[in-house]
Amino acid sequence: MSSTALLIKDLVEKHGKNRNSLMPILQGIVQEERYLSEDAMINVAKELDLSTADVYGTASFYTFLDTVPRGKNIIRICKTISCHMKGKDEIIETVENMLKVKVGETSHDRNFTLLTANCLGWCHQGPVMLINDDIYPDLNPGKATSILEEYMKAH
Amino acid sequence: MSKYLVNLKINNIPVTVEEGTTILDAAKKLNFSIPTLCYHEDLSVAGNCRVCLVEVSGARNLAASCATPVSEGMEVFTNSKNVRTSRKHVVELLLSEHNADCTKCFKNGHCELQDLASAYRIGDHVFIDLVKPKDKVIDISSPSICKDDSKCIRCQRCVRTCAELQAVSALAVCHKGDHQRISTFLGKPMHEVVCTNCGQCINRCPTGALTERSYIEEVWEAINDLGKHVVVQTAPAVRVALGEDLGMELGTRVTGKMVSALRHVGFDSVLDTDFTADLTILEEGNELLRRLKKVLVDKDETVALPMFTSCSPGWIKYIEHMFSEQLPNLSTCKSPQQMFGALAKTYYAQRKNINPKNMVVVSIMPCTAKKFESGRPEMRDSGYQDVDYVLTTRELAMMIKQAGIDFSKLDEDGYDTIMGDSTGAAVIFGSTGGVMEAALRTVYEVVTGREVPFTNLNIVPVRGMEGVKEARIMLKDVKPDFSYLEGVEVSVAIAHGLSNAKKIMEAVRDGKATYHFVEVMACPGGCLGGGGQPIPTSPDIRKKRAEAIYSEDEGLIRRKSHENPEVLQIYKEFLIEPLGHKSHDLLHTHYKPRKRY
Amino acid sequence: METNVLKKVDIIFDITDCDYLKILDRCMSKTQDEVILDIIDSGLKGRGGAGFPTGLKWKFTKNEDSDVKYVICNADEGEPGTFKDREILDRVPEKVFTGMAICGYAIGAKEGYIYLRGEYNFLKKNLQAKIDLFNKQTIEKNFDFTIFLRSGSGAYICGEESALFESMEGFRGEPRNKPPYPTIAGYNWKPTVINNVETLVYVSMICNLGPDKFKELGTKDSRGSKVFSVSGDTPNAGIYEIELGMPLEQFVDAFGDGDTKAVQVGGASGHCVPRKNFNDTIIGFEGIPTGGSMMIFNSSRSMYNVLHDYLEFFTEESCGQCTPCRVGCQQLLKGIEAVKKGDRKPSYLEELKKLALTMKSAAKCGLGQSVANPFNSIIDNFREEIIY
Ligand SMILES: Cc1cc2nc3c(=O)[nH]c(=O)nc-3n(C[C@H](O)[C@H](O)[C@H](O)COP(=O)(O)O)c2cc1C
Ligand code: SF4
Ligand code: SF4
Ligand code: SF4
Ligand code: SF4
Ligand code: FES
Ligand code: FES
Repeated sequence: MSSTALLIKDLVEKHGKNRNSLMPILQGIVQEERYLSEDAMINVAKELDLSTADVYGTASFYTFLDTVPRGKNIIRICKTISCHMKGKDEIIETVENMLKVKVGETSHDRNFTLLTANCLGWCHQGPVMLINDDIYPDLNPGKATSILEEYMKAH
Repeated sequence: MSKYLVNLKINNIPVTVEEGTTILDAAKKLNFSIPTLCYHEDLSVAGNCRVCLVEVSGARNLAASCATPVSEGMEVFTNSKNVRTSRKHVVELLLSEHNADCTKCFKNGHCELQDLASAYRIGDHVFIDLVKPKDKVIDISSPSICKDDSKCIRCQRCVRTCAELQAVSALAVCHKGDHQRISTFLGKPMHEVVCTNCGQCINRCPTGALTERSYIEEVWEAINDLGKHVVVQTAPAVRVALGEDLGMELGTRVTGKMVSALRHVGFDSVLDTDFTADLTILEEGNELLRRLKKVLVDKDETVALPMFTSCSPGWIKYIEHMFSEQLPNLSTCKSPQQMFGALAKTYYAQRKNINPKNMVVVSIMPCTAKKFESGRPEMRDSGYQDVDYVLTTRELAMMIKQAGIDFSKLDEDGYDTIMGDSTGAAVIFGSTGGVMEAALRTVYEVVTGREVPFTNLNIVPVRGMEGVKEARIMLKDVKPDFSYLEGVEVSVAIAHGLSNAKKIMEAVRDGKATYHFVEVMACPGGCLGGGGQPIPTSPDIRKKRAEAIYSEDEGLIRRKSHENPEVLQIYKEFLIEPLGHKSHDLLHTHYKPRKRY
Repeated sequence: METNVLKKVDIIFDITDCDYLKILDRCMSKTQDEVILDIIDSGLKGRGGAGFPTGLKWKFTKNEDSDVKYVICNADEGEPGTFKDREILDRVPEKVFTGMAICGYAIGAKEGYIYLRGEYNFLKKNLQAKIDLFNKQTIEKNFDFTIFLRSGSGAYICGEESALFESMEGFRGEPRNKPPYPTIAGYNWKPTVINNVETLVYVSMICNLGPDKFKELGTKDSRGSKVFSVSGDTPNAGIYEIELGMPLEQFVDAFGDGDTKAVQVGGASGHCVPRKNFNDTIIGFEGIPTGGSMMIFNSSRSMYNVLHDYLEFFTEESCGQCTPCRVGCQQLLKGIEAVKKGDRKPSYLEELKKLALTMKSAAKCGLGQSVANPFNSIIDNFREEIIY
């Protein structure tokens, strides 16, 4: 059994074999694998007795349940108005230059995917970004650079 | 359960309806028609298109009449200024994300969106065209179904059809916001997914987003090719529905006119799938008896019961995908269309002295799945592709119109011979329960030597539109050859619509049901509600078609398959005996499992 | 009209005299109906935006005959410019749990769920630990009520109550037809009370100090205080609890940077109030009700950009099921772009305003219905900025 299939078995065991568990299961997969692969969605469909199209249709509704490959770290920079006013464009530019990717792309080493997001709920401390589940408010280009450097070092 | 009555007014006219009735239905009672798009009688209520909006006095917003229940004292207006403005806006918005090239569209003239656009005189609407070039790619990977996202208005009728009626869910709503669309798993081409090609989604798609793959041009080409002998077969359910697309009243039987029209269109021989329907009964009936004997007498555990019918290719693909472990239960009989094709290019060709290479076999079917079926590798037992082209009832209506034939004025004509004769038992193949009824009429008589014990041969318990039907019939005083069946109560079940089939399959799989014989038709109502039948469809429409089918049966002199003279002849001259060597080669086949996920 | 002077208060985050187990005990010494009456009496209205009277909602749900009922805490906080629920859950989660448990007692529900937006996943660990402790303590009291934590996955629309239920049931977050309302058929189609995080905190405060204490604050139509999330062009961005019923003018005096041109009250789906209307705009249910988002714009800001951002937000975050919203949002966005570029005449804005009004009355849920709020208020007040 593939590691994905094992992971899904565990998640199903933990959350229960019913439709109400679909979200926690998909979230659990994304937590581990960063995105939902074809294989993962097929396994979930099997476990919960759903059609694959149904699983895909549900997953693709949710911004955080990616169905295309993502890097090990997903960066989401807020693009909504308060952060816009406080300089999110500069932050995006800084990160794009550092990682040599455009928004929506994944770095060659598959270490980072750069995305934008709608309001992250830190408008009083914008601009702000999420890296995976961690939040970084009050950004400026310098601060964004040193945060990313930390992540690169950890790699 | 007694229901409370509710009084309300619609456009100032009082009306009383049962509690729980929607505004839409209440308005129908007063003959106010409210336009709808996402609403469909066969499906759950979605309330997403918003064209059915009405004004309710005192409410902050307009109400979707299809999704809003009435309440006491309600005052509804179906045509107020607000309603008109909003409804027009909604249609304009739909058109702005729609690739409205009506003149090139297969649904031109049969499109609910087009009707609305014309009713509301929407010429040059003001909004910006949102159709993206990348949406204009049409998926024609499937031989049955054509999917054109640029025509889709996201009413989700197809999604609900595929999930609620067919339990397949090959299509789902995907993504959100401006990216929302109807998609297969990961956007794969239709022929790579679990789609059964049943075409039920097509029947309920209000626009040209889902249509059949059309082979009209190929058929004209063959007809015009003088070197080709083009034979056509017509399925049982076509004759009770074709008229709907040609200006005739719902439920009119047009068998004779259809045959005339086909001659006018230019087919060299007009034959009947009913012939092979009768033949199917003899083959399948004998297969059932053989299985029963193996189980009851030989105690052969490798033989699977219940036996499932195999004449619905939508059902075949469903069982291949979803219940492949039960494939051994499937009758080995090919569908009547494919039996016909295999015999046309062998038996018929020999009798007529035609080189099968120069033959083209065309089927007129109520079905889209048969388009897929005709291309299956299993279906080349004549040495050629047994059936070359499959047209739907709708496509035939188009051809008749193209040929300039005034259908209603046509004389009634009869089928050609060799494979053109049929019985009432074959006709009822077109309705759910029909195959079962035909099989019982024959099998009972073969086993007991007496006619089935039902007034006028009408086996009422297997008729009707209930999703799953069950019946039992006791075998007593059987002929000596069938002594092993003495006192056996044969238990049968019938399902139509794949979600009903699923219920039976699960019950059988889990040992909760013990049947001997199960009839399954993929489409609601059976073939008369097939994916290739005239649009629209509704419970009422299907009921009318069924009535027509049963009255055609009653009107025929021969109503038992084993009395079809041409069938008796083909056994004498060619097949020798049911389940014989020739039958095995030409009329039977086996299917393989397909991926479920 | 009755107005107040701006008064900052400290109720929500105040933890003096706030032993939540005692509050629970006090509640359970009353009958269910008495608890509900207290909430009705207090005049508390929902803090999630729509402002439905909380006590009535509870009463309807209590009156439903069903073995299974649910309490749901809506922590999907996705409205741009709102961040108070995060702060509440971070600092005083027990008050939220207590509010949920009180509701569970009052309506007869045994399960409560917190639906936390995925963007706040970093709160989960801590929150779960505190939930576990709370659950343990209620068990010890022989009070049959358990709280569970569920997460969203990045979809603003899941804050809409029926979309939230769909999401919890494992479906796309597409809002349902109403009726039926959640009080009759909510999560798992069972009677459900769904309340905003902040609403639930005020519930525990009302049960702690009594409805009269709550009624001391606010106006006739807007009882109590409210937590505001202040952002934009302000030297004092942050979270403030303020008595309801003040004129916007006073708010701008206190929070603006001296050059305030407009305030967007209620987030992207709220209204844009220009300077000339500051004085006669009341912040409260009688004026502009709000989930608490106050975005301040000074004269350096282009209102075209503001509107463009909002429309982009709605275009992406619409669930996409209904025509007026899915297509309407795109048309409004493309429409102002076309006017800006000169591809369409300025008079096209009037067509778009009509369209926005259609969306208001024809869309299936609050998202599509509210797009006209920012659209028409910004076009009406800053037409020049949109065109040139
Ligand atoms: C598009 C949309 C988003 C919403 N988002 C939220 C939200 O994030 N949090 C919230 O409490 N209510 C939200 N609501 C309101 C809820 O539907 C519901 O009215 C509220 O949770 C009820 O709680 P309350 O009465 O305590 O305010 C939203 C409504 C709509 C239409
Ligand atoms: S789907 Fe209807 S409106 Fe669209 S192009 Fe075809 S006929 Fe015209
Ligand atoms: S043809 Fe049948 S199975 Fe295929 S998508 Fe349509 S409804 Fe579903
Ligand atoms: S494909 Fe047809 S039925 Fe399906 S959503 Fe689109 S328009 Fe509706
Ligand atoms: S208004 Fe928008 S968010 Fe609400 S149901 Fe319609 S499309 Fe979905
Ligand atoms: S606008 Fe960026 S966090 Fe709210
Ligand atoms: S028909 Fe009622 S909303 Fe579509």
